Amino acid sequence: MADTILDIRGLSKSFGALKATDDVSLDLRPGEIHALIGPNGAGKSTLIKQISGEIAPDAGEIRLDGRSLSGVDAAGRARLGMARSFQVSSVAAEFTVLQNVVLAVQGASGATFRFFRPVMRDAALLDPARDCIAQAGLTGREDVPAAELAHGERRKLEIAMALALRPRLFLLDEPMAGMGTEGARALGDLLDGLRHRAPILLVEHDMDAVFRLSDRVSVLVYGRVVATGTPDEIRADPEVQRVYLGEEA
Amino acid sequence: MSAAEITAAPTGRGGRMARAQIVNAALALGLIGFGLGAWAMGETFLVTLATKVAILAIAGAGLNLVLGFGGLVSFGHAAYFGLGGYTAGILAHHALNYTPMFEWPVLFEGTTSMPVIWLVAMAVGALAAAVIGALSLRTTGVYFIMITLAFGQMIFYFAISWPAYGGEDGLPIYVRNGFPGLNTLDPIQFFGLVVALLLAVLGLIAMLARSRFGLALQAARQNRQRLMAVGIRPNGVLLAAFVISGAITALAGALYADLNRFVSPSMLSWHLSGELLVFLILGGSGRLFAPLAGAGLYIALEHLLGGVSDHWQFFFGLLLLGVVLFARGGVIGFLAGGRKHG
Amino acid sequence: MSMILLIEQLLNGIQSGLMLFLMAAGLTLVFGVMGLINLAHGSLYMVGAFACAGVAAATGSFWLGLAASIAAAAAAGAIVEVAVIRRLYARDHLDQVLATFALILIFSEGTRWLYGSFPLYLNVPPSLSGSVTLPGGIQYSLFRLAIIGAGLLVAVGLFLLIGKTRIGVQVRAGEADREMIAALGVDIGRLYTLVFALGAALAGMAGALVGTIQSVQVGMGEPVLILAFVVIVIGGIGSIKGALIGALLVGLTDTMGRVLLPSIFDLFMETSAATSVGAALASMAIYILMALVLIVKPGGLFGARA
Repeated sequence: MADTILDIRGLSKSFGALKATDDVSLDLRPGEIHALIGPNGAGKSTLIKQISGEIAPDAGEIRLDGRSLSGVDAAGRARLGMARSFQVSSVAAEFTVLQNVVLAVQGASGATFRFFRPVMRDAALLDPARDCIAQAGLTGREDVPAAELAHGERRKLEIAMALALRPRLFLLDEPMAGMGTEGARALGDLLDGLRHRAPILLVEHDMDAVFRLSDRVSVLVYGRVVATGTPDEIRADPEVQRVYLGEEA
Repeated sequence: MSAAEITAAPTGRGGRMARAQIVNAALALGLIGFGLGAWAMGETFLVTLATKVAILAIAGAGLNLVLGFGGLVSFGHAAYFGLGGYTAGILAHHALNYTPMFEWPVLFEGTTSMPVIWLVAMAVGALAAAVIGALSLRTTGVYFIMITLAFGQMIFYFAISWPAYGGEDGLPIYVRNGFPGLNTLDPIQFFGLVVALLLAVLGLIAMLARSRFGLALQAARQNRQRLMAVGIRPNGVLLAAFVISGAITALAGALYADLNRFVSPSMLSWHLSGELLVFLILGGSGRLFAPLAGAGLYIALEHLLGGVSDHWQFFFGLLLLGVVLFARGGVIGFLAGGRKHG
Repeated sequence: MSMILLIEQLLNGIQSGLMLFLMAAGLTLVFGVMGLINLAHGSLYMVGAFACAGVAAATGSFWLGLAASIAAAAAAGAIVEVAVIRRLYARDHLDQVLATFALILIFSEGTRWLYGSFPLYLNVPPSLSGSVTLPGGIQYSLFRLAIIGAGLLVAVGLFLLIGKTRIGVQVRAGEADREMIAALGVDIGRLYTLVFALGAALAGMAGALVGTIQSVQVGMGEPVLILAFVVIVIGGIGSIKGALIGALLVGLTDTMGRVLLPSIFDLFMETSAATSVGAALASMAIYILMALVLIVKPGGLFGARA
């Protein structure tokens, strides 16, 4: 287990009487896309928020590259290389694509309290930003305000920002949501290429994408992980079929 | 230019930027021209009025940094304005009365030197903003607005109850403090000094807006969640902006005290906090020169309408309501177009 | 510091707290249900006081004046809600602050235009004048006792309204989820106007009652408004219970602070210094209390949302 990037052990979170996360254990290995699926209400967003640092768990621990994340807030985790995308695209709407990605590069560099030099003329930030924009497939759209981007482009912008963080892992929350077939395919190809940069923990509802892209799948039901395995194993698992895929089929 | 457009600098949209810059230049030249013209015609009162506009513009510029750029609705900025004024007043008071302010660790008898007064005033403003900001930033939204209002009130009530420096009656300053090389009693020279400071402050803010800090600050206004997600803590950035803002507004307060040769507790009142907000919305919140446009418009209206009717504030209220409901971009938004925000 | 004086001040603190509660309840309801911060609330307090003074002077009856104050404030509230406030629900807080600040200017200057700047005085009705002997031999103003009684009645009435009636259910549901109650067929427009007018009526009543003890003049609503804000910050926005507890805390802290602090400082300072330090601290006491509450509980004592 020495080379797992993300290690989650015994994570639990309750809201009053509701057990949103029930003794969840997961890991993320280098080079893999590990999908997290589950019916609505299974507790996926609560789990994501605990991983990203927005909520503190009641019990259990999360380790990134072997180091415990307890007490590290969301910004700290981002600096450690946890790159996140949001279910509803979360970008700075008035900034251009370039400004958004430059902001991410700036965040990763840790040097925000600089007051004198114009940021948008700073090659140390601009060059890596343009690079990430290219990798995300947004070249040519650098000067477009984020509010004017198409839905799919906004998704790509979030990927570009994630890349700018020099990520150790990607934490993607339903990136396919709202994408048409064409767009989902293209985004899927992009993600496929990303796995070699850093492993991806992919929360998704789009089953096509999940089974096409993932190396492993974990199924979350009522806050518990009921199965973890390869896509074929999961497809064949009778318990999963009964609880979850049965409804889909 | 709007905040985001300033930061976008080299890659910004040429046409819109140019229009905004022309408007800004026109405003600056208009102020200077008005002051010089009034002086040439011997209308000293109008020179003083122009100086008042410039000082209030500096105060508004401080608020613009946290509000227009950072998105924080501070309803207590009069606190820094008043603290700056009282700093100037107290320092001068002790110097003129030859009474020491303190004797340990070193004997300090106050001062009537403007540069020293400004530095001390800005330090006081920055310190107050640091404390108030740190406490207030624990809250968001409406709570934040109310807590900044309440802290402003707290300082206001303290000033009226503390008899040593005039209490309710305020504190007179019997001479105008001095600036090396200038006769500060000469209205046009004082005007020139203040305008120079205003342009310096606006230049500073433009520089900050273009910097890494400015990028993070404006991101804090637009989307705090995203800022956290790229590894920057919004509260750190916002607090820094708050502190700088407090210093700038305190500087304005010190200048105001000198202009009137009087420090009034009304400099700390929430009416003033409201007026600073009004300047910004009249001018166009987030625009670099909004404080100047807004303060100029307000003082002009006060002077012109006030001459016509004692109840000019009634009409001003209607105008303000109209602007808020229907003309949100303010003067500069109207003249220069461009992206509206805030 | 005699016991009698202490108890008298305690009662004064409760009385001022209850009047503050009337103001705060309206403010917190409007914010809780409609999400709107309303600076013009103090103006409605003023409208109530002026209506009471005007009608009482014209008819000679305080009670008619009191009824007029509630009606006038409610009417003013309803008009303002329909004409201005409803355009602000969708706007951000800054716009709400500025627009309602504009309303303050309009109301204040308008009132000054009609009535001038000099204060008006209201007479305590004969049936409630004079003082009453309380257990322990303390003499206390009957009118102030009546105010305390009125305040308590209003508190009970509000709790019943919110807790037991259909309107109350709509209000509570609206606080929790605005879009949902619209989807459920509740007439949002009417509900909002009703809530706003109710808050206004309470403010007007408070204005009339306090105006009788003090005086009626332009701008009287502003200090009260700010105190009301402090109250709901302490109590928690949207919570009537919080408004009551917060108001009592603020009323007592303010009154007792002014009485006790100079005396406390007198123990170890010479009297003139003690008076000034004590008075200065007393004036700040409420805000210090607010800051302390916020440090420990940023959402207020009973706050549901931040």
